[in-house]
Amino acid sequence: MSKQPLLEVKNLKQYFPIKGGVLGRTVNHVKAVDDISFEVYEGETVSIVGESGCGKSTTGRAILRLDEPTAGEVNFDGEDLLSLNKSKMREKRKDLQIIFQDPYASLNPRQTVGQIIEEVLKIQNIGTSSKDRREKIISLLETVGIGAHQVDRYPHEFSGGQRQRIGIARALSVNPKLIICDEAVSALDVSIQAQVLNLLKELQRKFQLTYLFISHDLGVVRHISDRIIVMYLGKVVEISDTQSLFENPQHPYTRALLSAIPSMNFEEEKRERIILTGDVPSPIDPPKGCRFHTRCPYKMERCAIEEPVLNSVSDGQRVACHLVEKGAVDYTKIPVNS
Amino acid sequence: MLTFIIRRFLQIIPVMIGVTLAVFLMMHLIPGDPAQIMAGERADEAQVEQMRENLGLNDPLHEQYLRYVGNAIQGDLGTSIRTNRPVVNEIFDSRIWITIELAFWGTVLAVIFGLIAGIISATRKYSFADVSLMIVALFGMSMPNFWLGIMLIYFFSVNLGWFPIVGWESWKHMVLPVITIGSGGAAIIARMTRSSMLEVLDNDYIRTAHAKGVSERLVVYKHALRNALIPVVTVVGLQFGTLLGGAVITETVFAVNGIGRLVVDAIKARDFPMVQGAILVCAVAFVLVNFLVDIAYRLINKRIDLN
Repeated sequence: MSKQPLLEVKNLKQYFPIKGGVLGRTVNHVKAVDDISFEVYEGETVSIVGESGCGKSTTGRAILRLDEPTAGEVNFDGEDLLSLNKSKMREKRKDLQIIFQDPYASLNPRQTVGQIIEEVLKIQNIGTSSKDRREKIISLLETVGIGAHQVDRYPHEFSGGQRQRIGIARALSVNPKLIICDEAVSALDVSIQAQVLNLLKELQRKFQLTYLFISHDLGVVRHISDRIIVMYLGKVVEISDTQSLFENPQHPYTRALLSAIPSMNFEEEKRERIILTGDVPSPIDPPKGCRFHTRCPYKMERCAIEEPVLNSVSDGQRVACHLVEKGAVDYTKIPVNS
Repeated sequence: MLTFIIRRFLQIIPVMIGVTLAVFLMMHLIPGDPAQIMAGERADEAQVEQMRENLGLNDPLHEQYLRYVGNAIQGDLGTSIRTNRPVVNEIFDSRIWITIELAFWGTVLAVIFGLIAGIISATRKYSFADVSLMIVALFGMSMPNFWLGIMLIYFFSVNLGWFPIVGWESWKHMVLPVITIGSGGAAIIARMTRSSMLEVLDNDYIRTAHAKGVSERLVVYKHALRNALIPVVTVVGLQFGTLLGGAVITETVFAVNGIGRLVVDAIKARDFPMVQGAILVCAVAFVLVNFLVDIAYRLINKRIDLN
């Protein structure tokens, strides 16, 4: 993967102001995403995982400029999205689409399925006549398994899984290069989740799509991803290819996350469980040094002072942790809380 | 859609039975003998008995009720004691139209200003414009009509001489009463629109619209406003209905001869048939407005079903 990345996020920051007082002055900021960088290459599926509030959805929205990021660069296809003016950005949206978590909230209840897709086709100047567009809409819906007779129905007439397929059809309609799936299957039943995930994979092969997959469900992520980004409190703590991450997690937070996956393998009963204590600190006033140090079982003095940076530990695996820097002892051999 | 209208119309029947029953029983529940009151204080026993017979008050209650409803359906609401003219003529010759005109323009004003203020506030949340508009709206809601009316007369009629003080002849007469009666509604609609818009703007389908590349203006008007209007329509309907029956104070302040003043005068004169008739007409108007609102509701929200 030495080629040019399709998406390159550089030092992205997203701070949300907290307004207070009678005059509505900005009293503080929620540092939802705080200086993160990563790349996504063409044709791959990269997942962002982390617990609620770690900034993964915010990252997705910031890339698409659905919220304007505070600082940083989002290079897409060789162009910095954040420097584009509004109309240029609107044109560019053809190449980047998003699928949201809640299939009930992401479709406008007052538009029929046909209208929902037609709108985006019209804006992005796809199709010459309305007849032409209609045919395209029907073929798109059929691609995702929705019949042609359902084109003129309203979203409330569909089930959750069907709505998510409609969302996918809408995202596909403009032939995007990148689709951000923001918890795209979390709201669905497990059986439907599998269907939708398989559909996404099939579509990826068919249309050479690149996915940025945002999820908190490690099972889903393992199934679909080529590479995984682990986030904690607005920071990237580990980036790794899927196999290395699951077989050889480096960051203590990643290890804790993985140990929380319920296992069906009863022989594996003695597996080490790392149970984190305390809550995630507030992103308004995050801890100094390593953000994870307040909950880390292997915390050192240095962790509270110096912020670790992402360092390569092997080909395709980068970690931000003082414990795993080159030449350090293997912390995983140290018993927890010794 | 037609079945919806028919079914919704059928729902009016039990409401109307309730309304007529309440209006009819009012006659019997108020203290004192209606026949005595109608015949006048100086009437003797025989005259009161005669009046009772004339009014049919000696018949069983259900017969009286059915007769009352039957007459009302045929447009006979009795005769006014005060003027000795049929109640229907008193109400419909001019009074109700003036009130409808007042309520209509008051509602139009409320909708225009309320929607504009609400949209500006919601799209610029916590900005200076938002905060100031909402403070103005708070004033609009808190100011009693009689006070606002008097202040408007004082500044614009007495001091500046722009508008006439009282009466109901040209559009100039209408300006101040319409502002008075519409201000409360404008404030309520502004706040309602704001909160409803904010709720809608936070939905993923608004982000979807942005992601599609829909322009900011179209996102606000096509995607957000249409969905945000649903609760607002209900408020507008209720507002108009309330104005129809509740224009009493404004009509009194501006000496407008609408139905509100008619009711006040009738109550003062103990003109019971007149009071009954006016209440019935207002109630029917209120029910009809709500019927229309429900149809409008259905038109803007395809999901509303009577079940």
